[in-house]
Amino acid sequence: MSEQNQNIEPRVGVYVCHCGLNIAGVVDCEAVADYAAGLDGVVVSRHDGYCCSEPGQNRIKQDIAEQGLNRVVVASCSPRLHESTFRQCLAGAGLNPYLLEMANLREQCSWVHGAEPEAATGKARDLVRSAVARTKGLTVRTEIEVPMAKSTLVIGGGVAGVQAALDLADAGYQVTLVEKEPSIGGMMARLDKTYPTMDCSI
Amino acid sequence: MADAGRHPNITLLTGSQVESVGGYVGNFTARILKKARFVREGECTACGDCVEVCPVVVPDEFNVGLSSRRAIYQPFPQAVPSAYVLDQDNCLGHDPIKCGKCAEACQKNCIDFDMNDEEIEVSVGTIIVATGMEVYDPTVLDEYGYTRHQNVLTSLELERLISSGGPTQGEVVRLTDRQVPKSVAFIQCVGSRSQRRGNPYCSNICCMNTIKSTLQLKEHYPEVELKVFYIDIRAFGKGFEDMFRRSRGEGVHFIRGLPGEIKEDSDNQDLILTVENTATNQLEEHRAEMVVLATGVHPPEEMHIVQEMLALQKCSDGFYLEAHPKLQPVDSATRGIFFAGCAEGPKDIKESVTQASAAAARAMRLMTPGKLLVEAITAEVRPEACTVCGICAKVCPYNAIVVDKKSGKPAVVTEAACAGCGTCAAECPADAIHMHHFTDGQINAQIDAILEDDPAGVIPVFACNWCSYAGADFAGVSRLQYPANTRLIRTMCSGRVDEDFVWRAFKQGAAVVLVSGCHFGDCHYIDANHWTDKRIKRMHRKMEKLGIRPERLQLEWISAAEGVRFQGVMQDMEQLRAGVSPKEIKETQRVLAEQKKKKK
Repeated sequence: MSEQNQNIEPRVGVYVCHCGLNIAGVVDCEAVADYAAGLDGVVVSRHDGYCCSEPGQNRIKQDIAEQGLNRVVVASCSPRLHESTFRQCLAGAGLNPYLLEMANLREQCSWVHGAEPEAATGKARDLVRSAVARTKGLTVRTEIEVPMAKSTLVIGGGVAGVQAALDLADAGYQVTLVEKEPSIGGMMARLDKTYPTMDCSI
Repeated sequence: MADAGRHPNITLLTGSQVESVGGYVGNFTARILKKARFVREGECTACGDCVEVCPVVVPDEFNVGLSSRRAIYQPFPQAVPSAYVLDQDNCLGHDPIKCGKCAEACQKNCIDFDMNDEEIEVSVGTIIVATGMEVYDPTVLDEYGYTRHQNVLTSLELERLISSGGPTQGEVVRLTDRQVPKSVAFIQCVGSRSQRRGNPYCSNICCMNTIKSTLQLKEHYPEVELKVFYIDIRAFGKGFEDMFRRSRGEGVHFIRGLPGEIKEDSDNQDLILTVENTATNQLEEHRAEMVVLATGVHPPEEMHIVQEMLALQKCSDGFYLEAHPKLQPVDSATRGIFFAGCAEGPKDIKESVTQASAAAARAMRLMTPGKLLVEAITAEVRPEACTVCGICAKVCPYNAIVVDKKSGKPAVVTEAACAGCGTCAAECPADAIHMHHFTDGQINAQIDAILEDDPAGVIPVFACNWCSYAGADFAGVSRLQYPANTRLIRTMCSGRVDEDFVWRAFKQGAAVVLVSGCHFGDCHYIDANHWTDKRIKRMHRKMEKLGIRPERLQLEWISAAEGVRFQGVMQDMEQLRAGVSPKEIKETQRVLAEQKKKKK
């Protein structure tokens, strides 16, 4: 197991994002950052207008370098949106990208508890605490390289399928175009003229 | 179309359907069934000799039944491939003694009654789903009389009539008297924008298609009187407003209001439309010699086949769900699979082409390097702890674990085949499987942290990355409000949720626990969620034995598109939580602590 950093004392940096007013309009980001500063293992805790912006990311990188952070918690939007952004940020600062954890304070907190700022702030604290707790167990991971076949299966031979197939084929990729009818053309082949050009469809 | 037929890099398989898809991004394997055409594609010159002798006449589906074709036919003159095709269901002659006339007439001898269906296997790096749409069937909207009045047509039927390659060579005639109508009325939003019947969404194309048809009709028949009955005219694209203006300039009469009823005049089969004109608030009666229903579009019936095969997700409107509505509009949630055209939602030709090129570019972006980095979230067996029971190999949806019980060697995970669902780690009775990046330790730390302050007051929710967690995000994007005491813990799959995680939460004093994942058939790890289902049922039995109310542990399937459902489930959970007394929680903690002692 590649867990080289398992025995190293965790030094966690926490970044609470305002996302403009998307989060800060409901959650008291400063209070959350203050709370996080007191959590075990946290050496830096900040709140920032936009963590994903260039200055926001540079702040994180700078802290990694200057404060020797070995774990990062970004409390912002959903990891489904920006996990890759912040992973790249960590990698850019020389930290393994798997040492990142995100707390979802936007999609799963401020946006869904808009009328309850206090409860939302409480939830944000819990989510950050949970993220910090999780980071302590995070380990360095190396992504696995898999071979990539340079060929595409296009399912459906209507105008969209044909266009996609042609673009790929022209770029040199092998395409298998599968159409259930005896001819390609799909719905468009049935149209006499098409808007806005009023020319023939085939 | 013709370019696609002759491109050296395109293998065109018509009359074919994808039967199954295995593997993962970079290395998908698809099995395709190519149905027998009974005409050798490469040899047929499309001379048409066979058609002349074929005795079987059936309605021509390409012309929506407005003309007929033979059992051996070419779908339409510009078909690609141009080779004829024999319609097996209607042909008399599989048995050449019965008929076989076409085979006799074919001088090139390219008709082959013994041709078999072919099974073809291809390996591909990426997949583009362009399964299109179907046109709404207006039969159910009885007030428009589509089935009763012959001079009520659909927009697709008009399209075939006005086409120079169509059944009337471009002459628009009434079905009752073969006369060119002097007046035509269009009815918009047929099957669209209705909460009661048909579909609630806007079908996107019908307004502009009608405007196009009015211009075409005016071009063919300058004297024709045209009326369009509408709710709103949505002419938002480039050049569209111009066309709308031109149509009005040509004298087309746009009337705001949809007819409540269409009656037929029995003397001349003209149509009488009763409509409330919402611009004037008058009840009006209009006459037209032909009515065209601007029918909307909906997802194809058999869309679920591809959906289940590729574990794709659908929106509430039935079209495929994209990975992100703004930032990844042509990506599916599964890496390496992309959408093009109406598969993702109703769109016109320009948009379909744009999206197809985008999908092609996204696919190229993945394929160009020739290799791909995949997330290092895989399972690893701790050999010293493995008891060689074989359960992990049994539950792995990818057959990525090998256990040789005979030799007694510990289980081994093939890293390249492991997709990281974590079902093996959850099911391993010896806790011998380490799930990288979603370890027991990491998840336990999250459970403890969430329940640290007020265990009975919060609702711990285990949510799978692809469906439930995404569904929660979708609830957020839609600003759907729900109780603020919910606390989500993300796992890649609900299959990862170990019994121990749930017991731990109850031991810490949780009143309720929710485990949520993808619906059956939607699971991103083939069928890993079936194991979740079994596990939760098993736990419910255990809870019953221990005197813990089983309903305190809930299992819900929530898709990425079901924000509303997520909200509802959270509200139900809160109700459930509020009904658990401190005494009950204490009792549960006592029972579970005793259990632990017994085990020891």
